[in-house]
Amino acid sequence: MSETGPGVLAGLRQTATLAWRSLLQIRHNPWELGDYSIQPILFLLLFMFVFGGAIAGSTAEYLRFILPGVIVMNMVFVTVYVGYGLNTDLTRGVFDRFRAMPIARWAPLAGRIVADLVKQAWCIVLLLAVGLLLGFRVEAPWPGVLTMMVLVLTVALAMSWIMVLVGVLARDPEHVQLFGFTALFPVTFVSNVFVPVETMPAWLQGVVMLNPVSLLADAARGLLLGGPVLTSALGALGWAVLLTVVFAPLSVWALNRRLARS
Amino acid sequence: MAESARPRDPAIRAHGLSKCFGPTRALAGVDLEVPAGSVLGMLGPNGAGKTTTVRVLTTLLAPDSGDAWVGGFHVQRQAHAVRQLIGLTGQYASVDERLTGRENLMMIARLLGQSRTEARTRTDRLLETFSLAHAAGRATRGYSGGMRRRLDLAASLVGRPRILFLDEPTTGLDPRARLELWQLIRELVAEGTTVLLTTQYLEEADALADEIVVVDQGRVIASGTAEQLKSQVGARALVVVAADDAEVPALRGLLREACDRDPQVEGRRLSVPAADAALLRRVVRGLDEASLSVEEVTLRSASLDDVFLALTGHGAETPSI
Repeated sequence: MSETGPGVLAGLRQTATLAWRSLLQIRHNPWELGDYSIQPILFLLLFMFVFGGAIAGSTAEYLRFILPGVIVMNMVFVTVYVGYGLNTDLTRGVFDRFRAMPIARWAPLAGRIVADLVKQAWCIVLLLAVGLLLGFRVEAPWPGVLTMMVLVLTVALAMSWIMVLVGVLARDPEHVQLFGFTALFPVTFVSNVFVPVETMPAWLQGVVMLNPVSLLADAARGLLLGGPVLTSALGALGWAVLLTVVFAPLSVWALNRRLARS
Repeated sequence: MAESARPRDPAIRAHGLSKCFGPTRALAGVDLEVPAGSVLGMLGPNGAGKTTTVRVLTTLLAPDSGDAWVGGFHVQRQAHAVRQLIGLTGQYASVDERLTGRENLMMIARLLGQSRTEARTRTDRLLETFSLAHAAGRATRGYSGGMRRRLDLAASLVGRPRILFLDEPTTGLDPRARLELWQLIRELVAEGTTVLLTTQYLEEADALADEIVVVDQGRVIASGTAEQLKSQVGARALVVVAADDAEVPALRGLLREACDRDPQVEGRRLSVPAADAALLRRVVRGLDEASLSVEEVTLRSASLDDVFLALTGHGAETPSI
């Protein structure tokens, strides 16, 4: 292309407009708000009150363990909406309208991802707030909370690329959800989100401790409650880099291929 | 921008466009020329290559070979400049179902760099023009088909495009919504917008287009004004339904004699293009003289099927209007 497209600044403005649009959709789709708000709170309450006594001896003690875990688990599930939204735009022709407009080529995808990060940040803040109401206390120095948020959002961004790929490959939005949740359930549950890894059989412990979800949950626990952080945080970041390096180019390639085929 | 448009350039020019999707040949060398300010109707059945042509001309798809210029800019090498000139209304209404009508238009205005005030003024104006003001605050998911198409058309006009692409703008609409949309398109044309319109309906091309190209299997097989095409094909078709199967051969001979052409036969239904007004009289007289009994004799407007039959020898296999 031997032409000048819109500048980076214009591209960023267009990204902001498109992110705003994705967030605006929530206003007319209350069920989506439920997915981002009610569902994570329900998970937290259910696990805390149903399993708390059995797993940790008391619900209060279990809340310390489960809150960072639920924050991470919820982050993983919310990434599905990137794929869902992208696929909706692709199948309904909205994406084509954007592509026929004089806007930056990357703005539609970037807008999706930015909007998703805003939703992710909202979920983390919401879960922390509900946790505090239930009696959770931040025991590490407060900057740890911010670091935790940045770390979780970084991994969320990396994991979003997987869902971008799913969103490109799936026939329709329903398949994105089906495939997304089916793939993510084992990843979230074969982790130390709900129970300490020491309680599992030895062969499983190895798998669980390689899982980015476990690494991130451990890092989040360290950052909120004190304790070792560095190894797990570096492990989680390593995964983030790996996922981005593999899935970002793959997703963009698949997207361009899909667009060239119709 | 590398080069600017010369004033005498046609608004749209395509030369030898071809495109394959795997084994399917969607375009097999399409040539087009649309003078500025005119309306070109692309007429053809599903799968003829209409949408693929529009996708190439609107920078959405790269052709395998051939070149096209829109507003004097090359669709691939100067895609951004082309995008600044065009509006596109797709076959499916590409509005965001999860936003309101107003939000859809505001989003596009903002994407095009309009200020908030400018965007609001433009949005209000378009909602008014397209009779959507009353539904502006509702999510478009609840809109009727006609309302969606109107919003889709409004969305493609936010940036005041000089060249507008309408890909089957009325497919699936009821007759009233279709007429409303036609009226809106006519008003745009009166303001000087160049329009390329694809359609499966001869009647629609006839109502809106200055020039019509008929496409089939990725190729332009005929072009001209609606009048020229009709005189080639016959604006009407005469349909005769035989009272029983035994009379079909006799009817066939009668029709062949009356219009110098082998009729199209489906069961007991025979049809021929009715190029001249006296045909009906000749046929009725012939029926009387041969004492053939028929169930039905009708003159109807030529459909895309008739055009295709006349031009290619095979039917269009599309539902008629």
